[in-house]
Amino acid sequence: MTESNFSLKKIEISVSEAEKRTGRNAMNMQETYTAYLIETRSVEHSDGQSVLTDSLWRRCSAFEWLRNYLLVYYPHIVVPPLPEKRAEFVWHKLSADNMDPDFVERRRIGLENFLLRLASHPILCRDKIFYLFLTQEGNWKETVNETGFQLKADSRLKALNATFRVKNPDKRFIELKHYSDELQSVISHLLRVRARVADRLYGVYKVHGNYGRVFSEWSAIEKEMGDGLQSAGHHMDVYASSIDDILEDEEHYADQLKEYLFYAEALRAVCRKHELMQYDLEMAAQDLASKKQQCEELATGGELFSIWGVTTQLFGQETPEQREARIKMLEEQIKEGEQQLKSKNLEGREFVKNAWADIERFKEQKNHDLKEALISYAVMQISMCKKGIQVWTNAKECFSKM
Amino acid sequence: MEGECRASPARSWGLPAGGAGGDSPGGDVPLPGSISSSALLQTEVLDLDEDEDDLEVFSKDASLMDMNSFSPLMPTSPLSMINQVKFEDEPDLKDLFITVDEPESHVTTIETFITYRIITKTSRGEFDSSEFEVRRRYQDFLWLKEKLEEAHPTLIIPPLPEKFIVKGMVERFNDDFIETRRKALHKFLNRIADHPTLTFNEDFKIFLTAEAWEFSSHKKQGPGLLSRMGQSVRAVALSMKGVKSRPEEFMEMNNFIEIFSHKINLIDKISQRIYKEEREYLDEMKEYGPIHILWSASEEDLADTLKSVASCIDECCKATEKRMSGLSEALLPVVHEYVLYSEMLMAVMKRRDQIQTELDSKVEALTSKKADTDLLTEEIGKLEDKVECANNALKADWDRWRQNMQNDIKSAFTNMAEENILYYEQCLATWESFLTSQTDLHLEEASEDKL
Repeated sequence: MTESNFSLKKIEISVSEAEKRTGRNAMNMQETYTAYLIETRSVEHSDGQSVLTDSLWRRCSAFEWLRNYLLVYYPHIVVPPLPEKRAEFVWHKLSADNMDPDFVERRRIGLENFLLRLASHPILCRDKIFYLFLTQEGNWKETVNETGFQLKADSRLKALNATFRVKNPDKRFIELKHYSDELQSVISHLLRVRARVADRLYGVYKVHGNYGRVFSEWSAIEKEMGDGLQSAGHHMDVYASSIDDILEDEEHYADQLKEYLFYAEALRAVCRKHELMQYDLEMAAQDLASKKQQCEELATGGELFSIWGVTTQLFGQETPEQREARIKMLEEQIKEGEQQLKSKNLEGREFVKNAWADIERFKEQKNHDLKEALISYAVMQISMCKKGIQVWTNAKECFSKM
Repeated sequence: MEGECRASPARSWGLPAGGAGGDSPGGDVPLPGSISSSALLQTEVLDLDEDEDDLEVFSKDASLMDMNSFSPLMPTSPLSMINQVKFEDEPDLKDLFITVDEPESHVTTIETFITYRIITKTSRGEFDSSEFEVRRRYQDFLWLKEKLEEAHPTLIIPPLPEKFIVKGMVERFNDDFIETRRKALHKFLNRIADHPTLTFNEDFKIFLTAEAWEFSSHKKQGPGLLSRMGQSVRAVALSMKGVKSRPEEFMEMNNFIEIFSHKINLIDKISQRIYKEEREYLDEMKEYGPIHILWSASEEDLADTLKSVASCIDECCKATEKRMSGLSEALLPVVHEYVLYSEMLMAVMKRRDQIQTELDSKVEALTSKKADTDLLTEEIGKLEDKVECANNALKADWDRWRQNMQNDIKSAFTNMAEENILYYEQCLATWESFLTSQTDLHLEEASEDKL
């Protein structure tokens, strides 16, 4: 498959396996990490048959590099987030251990989801580095490095500074920032309480399991009640063990919410970029304005009203030639500045336009996905209720036969 | 003793080695009052004047049983036996209806205590009137129970609710505690009323009918404190001796009681624990729903869906509350009563053993010719009768108790299952209607897009 006719829409990507590995890191120390097998299949023919075209192993850090690269080169895009590295919002039964097989499995699914999101994004799917991530076995890291993305990344400090000092950011971005803060806060809260609810639900179900054992022991001394007790006890055991699957399913729901929790950060990144660009623009305009003022002052000779005037007064008069030279220099700078301002303005507007287009796309995606997630939650509850009805109906029958 | 669990060490879902979860079902769930007043209206009252004579079927000699002086002696005639059986087979033919309600606090300089109103309605001839209303306090119930135990040492007297509940009680007189106690006292009196022998006990009658002053003076009668102490010392001495050989059926009975006691205690703990876990689940759910409403405030398209989810969760909360209330009414008090019953049973077994030991020690004395043989032989004769009475009383009452226990346990657990079924059915309906509304919306939106 060549790059030119590479249309990711006709390919299937899967992260099919996860494997624990040990190796030596940059400091020649032993470390354990997880590697993931990425398989790419192209759906060639109209019959939908897929052919395995690429298959390679990548470790976690490679995914991070890919994402960081995309953040730098596509600042106007809401870049899909990676799944969490550490298990958060856990409840008692789940271990917070990163090597726990359930967690690794959920991570695998999360990484697959990440790649699928990239593949279905109209712009990101065409990125060369992404293509190489899927296809270039060796030296991928070197290739990414060569793009110099790490150097191009905006410094956090710069971004923070811009956020505080920007005067006229686009209102929509301010609103978006508020929205992303609210989204993050409410989903975190939701996930935390959900974990507590899951914990309690687990308790209710599991304690019923004790009935099973005690009924069984009691049935030994009863003649008429014995059978009923014994079989009811069995149903209590079934009830108690049913919670494991139920909560396992719910964990997938939590993961769907988590993705949008992390998306909030991606939204904020776009807002930050806008603020940076806007601040840059404002600074450039301010700089241009001051240079223009200087030029004017020099030209009109109004030294008294400017610091230039004072300094020349202090340090002696300058020659007309010197003044001319300065005016000329300033005029050049002003010209340059005007050009730059123009292009920055253009850039800024382009950015806002493109960013907003992607944000609209993101909004549609978010509404669709979260609605699906909420519906799937209802479906899970329904399944849980049906199981409950069945178990208790069986138990009731046993009790009534005692 | 751990149940199935893969939990972290901090929590365990099996039963802890020590006592746990002994809290009485607290909470803000109001428990409905007694229902026997409606039973009063429905059941027909049969004139059972004849059965008035059918008292103390098993006793032959009043002095041995220390019965109260008002009840006549009856030989074990076939007629009276038939009457008794008939009475038991037709429990609807009650002629004594008792309710316990209206707890009231009384404050004196020395103490504060609660009295309960007891209303008795009856058609029995030996009662002076057909309706009585008295007020009694816990102490008085305790007195009644002790009198019944004295009069019928080997009958299974219904248990009284505990004097104190050690765990989880801040204040002796909180509302839930009083309500739980009131219900248990109500049960206690009704069980006595339903008991074929105890129902005709004279102290019971006085308890139900006597005015306050009459009642206090009656209480002061009977064997004095010293003689009671003397009796109990003797009892302790005898029980230390241990029973030599228990008849086979009583060995079985004892075995059953030991195991039953252990199991019912476990079930009590499990049930209390389930109630506690459900309460905590409810508390969390109450916080869970509103978060969705909060979220809907910052969304547009999703707002409606989020609000619907919140209202579903709210409905489920209500269903949980209902389930908890059902549990605390139908299951917990029954299981707990049988925990107390099991203690009662062990006491009854002990008393039976004591009576037998008395006989055994006299027989031993006879064989070793330590005292006057003639006197001993006479005493032994009386004791043999006593032992036979005691054993027969216990046997009959045991069968009756087993039957009742089976029915009570069966209906308690069937109710528990029913409550759970109702709970899940309610939640199912809520979520299914949510799903339908969402799918309808989907279809609506899809058709709008097509336009």
